[in-house]
Amino acid sequence: MSATSRTTDRGLVARGVTVTVDGTTILGGVDLTVLPGEVVVLVGPNGAGKSTLLGALTGDLEPTSGSVELDGVPVASYRARDLARRRAVLLQQQRLAFGFRAREVVEMGRAPWHRAPEAEDDLRMIAEAEARADVAHLAERLYPTLSGGEQARVSFARVLAQGTRLLLLDEPTAALDLQHQEALLRVAVQEAREGSAVVVVLHDLSLAAAYADRVCVLAHGAVRATGTPREVLTPALLSEVYHHPVDVVEHAGHLLVVPVRGPASAPPAPSSPLPKEDSCPV
Amino acid sequence: MTTAPVTPSPARAATPSSGPGAGLQRRTSALAARVGLLGGLGAALVVACLLAAATGQFHIPVSEVVGSVLHRAGLDLGPLPTHPQAENNLWNVRFPRVVMAALVGAALASAGALMQGVFGNPLAEPGVVGVSSGAAVAAAVVIVFSLDFAGTWTIAVCAFLGGLATTLLVYVMARDNGRTEVVTLVLTGIAVNAVASAGLAFLLFLGNTAAREEIVFWTLGSMNGSRWPEVQVVVPLVVVGLVASLLLARQLDLLALGDRAARHVGVDVERLRLVAIVVVAVLTAAGVAFCGVIAFVGLVVPHLIRMVAGPGHRMLVPASALGGATLLVVADLWARTAIAYADLPIGMLTSLVGGPFFFWLLRRTRRTAGGWA
Repeated sequence: MSATSRTTDRGLVARGVTVTVDGTTILGGVDLTVLPGEVVVLVGPNGAGKSTLLGALTGDLEPTSGSVELDGVPVASYRARDLARRRAVLLQQQRLAFGFRAREVVEMGRAPWHRAPEAEDDLRMIAEAEARADVAHLAERLYPTLSGGEQARVSFARVLAQGTRLLLLDEPTAALDLQHQEALLRVAVQEAREGSAVVVVLHDLSLAAAYADRVCVLAHGAVRATGTPREVLTPALLSEVYHHPVDVVEHAGHLLVVPVRGPASAPPAPSSPLPKEDSCPV
Repeated sequence: MTTAPVTPSPARAATPSSGPGAGLQRRTSALAARVGLLGGLGAALVVACLLAAATGQFHIPVSEVVGSVLHRAGLDLGPLPTHPQAENNLWNVRFPRVVMAALVGAALASAGALMQGVFGNPLAEPGVVGVSSGAAVAAAVVIVFSLDFAGTWTIAVCAFLGGLATTLLVYVMARDNGRTEVVTLVLTGIAVNAVASAGLAFLLFLGNTAAREEIVFWTLGSMNGSRWPEVQVVVPLVVVGLVASLLLARQLDLLALGDRAARHVGVDVERLRLVAIVVVAVLTAAGVAFCGVIAFVGLVVPHLIRMVAGPGHRMLVPASALGGATLLVVADLWARTAIAYADLPIGMLTSLVGGPFFFWLLRRTRRTAGGWA
C-alpha cells in the first residue's frame, strides 16, 4: 500500500450529517471520525441508516445538511478520479452488466491509476489483491457465472487492487461462508494496521466484536453509541437497540453476541421486555 | 450479459495463468487474438466490397474492379474494365453505394455498442432511446418543406439536431437526482418514439405526393441514390464518431459495474453519459441522414462480437464497426440483386432478420443471470 500513500492522512470526518428524503429524516446529525489505522464497524438494526451513512461517506449521496471531509477536503468537491485514488468502496450488491472475466473485474480497480506513475504497479497489485481475496483461481471465469460469495470476493479483490488509504465496505461478509468471512475481515484489519482507514457495515455483532477497533451503533438515524467493542456491545444497549433480548458472553478471549432464545422446542417468548442481566461466561 | 461460450473462442483463448510469466503470455495471446479478429473482419469487409462492386445488372469481374481501383491509385496493375460502361458505372454508381453501405453499417453498429455500454443493457439501441425517430422526424421536415440552407449537409445537420434534441430530452426526463435509471430511460424512450412517429405521420399527411414517396422510402431504409456528395457528408461524421467512441471505450467498461461502483473507480458517470449520447447522435445521424432508418444493425452486430470477443469495449467498438460495415455491404448487395431489376428496401431486410433476433435475445436475457442491469 505504501506505493500509493498520500501526503495528508487526516482521515474521514463526518459532521452533523443529516439526510432527509420526502420529509422523513433518515439520518439526523451524525458525527463520525475515522482515522488512518483503525477499523470502524457500523452496526444497527434494519433501517437504522447504515447504508445511507455509508452513501454519504462515499460522496454518492449529498447530505441535506452537515459535511463529510476526506483529508480535510469536502468529499463533494473532489473530482471523481481523485476521490477514487483515495477511497475504495464495496457495495452490498455487486452487479455487472456484461460477462467480463473475474480478472477483468479486478483490473477495473486499477482504472483510477490509468496513466499515473502508479500504473506500473498494476500487475503486482492485481496479483496481490487476488491472492488476499482468495480469487486467483477464479481469474479466468466469467463473473456472472460465479456464485454470490465468489462474486463478492472478486469485488473485494477489485477494491483491494484500487490501493487506496480509505476502504468503505457495506456488508462485505453477507454472502460469504465462515472461512471467507474471517479471512476478509482479517485482511481489512491488516489494511488498517498498514495505515488505512477502514469502515465496515456488519450485521454479525460477534464479527464486529472480534475485528472492530471501534464500533458505532446506529439506531433511528442517529449514533446511539461509539467506542471499543467492550464499551459498546453490552446486553443492555443491544437489547434496547434491537428490541430483542441479547446476551454478550466471553469465549476464548472474544466477545460473543447471541440473541436470547426460548427453549429449542417452544417458539420464543413474544417479547420479554428485559435482557438477562447476568452475562455469564460459558 | 452474454453467457459463456462453452468452448473458449480464439479471441478469448487466454490460458489460465498461474506463474509470473503467465500474465505476459496471456497479454501476448490476447493481443494476437485482437489483431486476428480485427484483421479477419477487415479482410471480410474488403472481400465483401469487391464482390458488391463486381455484382449488378451487368457483371464486372473482380479482377477488373481491382485493376480499376489500382489504376486510379496510380498503380499500373491489373486489367481495366473491358465493358465500355463499366468504368463509369463502377465509379459513379457502385463505389459510392458500397462505400455508403460500409460507412452506415459501421456507424450504426458502433452506435449500438456505445449505447449498450452506456445503459449497461444489451438491448439498448439508438432506436430504443429515440435517436433514430428524432432524426427521422427532422429529416422528414427537410423533405416536406424542401429546406436547403446547407446544401447536401442540410438533411444530415437536421437529422443530427433532431436525434440529439430527442435524446437529450429523453435523458433529461429520465434523469432524477443526478442519476439515470435505465428502466425509466427506456420507458421514456418509448413515449418519445410514440410522439415522434405521430410527428412523422403528420408530416406524411402534410407533404405532397413526391415528398410522401420520398419519406416512405426513407423510413424503409435504402442505399439507393447514394452518390459521392452524400458520401462526403457521411465520412467526417463517421470518422469523428468512431474516434470518439474509441476514446470512451475504456471508461465504458467500468460502467458495467453500475453507476455507483463506476463512480467509485473514478468515472464521472454523468459526463461520460452525456458525451456518449452526443457521439451516438453523431453516428446515428450519419447512418440515418441519406439512407433512412435501418434498424437492428446496432443490436445484432455488437451482440455477435461480444459472444466472440467478450464485452471489453476497446475490442467491441472497432470490431462492431468493421462487422457492421461488412454486414450492411452484404445486405445491400442482397437487397439490390435478390429480385432482378428491383431494389428491395434494406431496412426491411435488416428488420426481418433483426426482429426475431431481438425476440430471442429478450428471452435469453431474461433467463441468464445479470441480464437486466
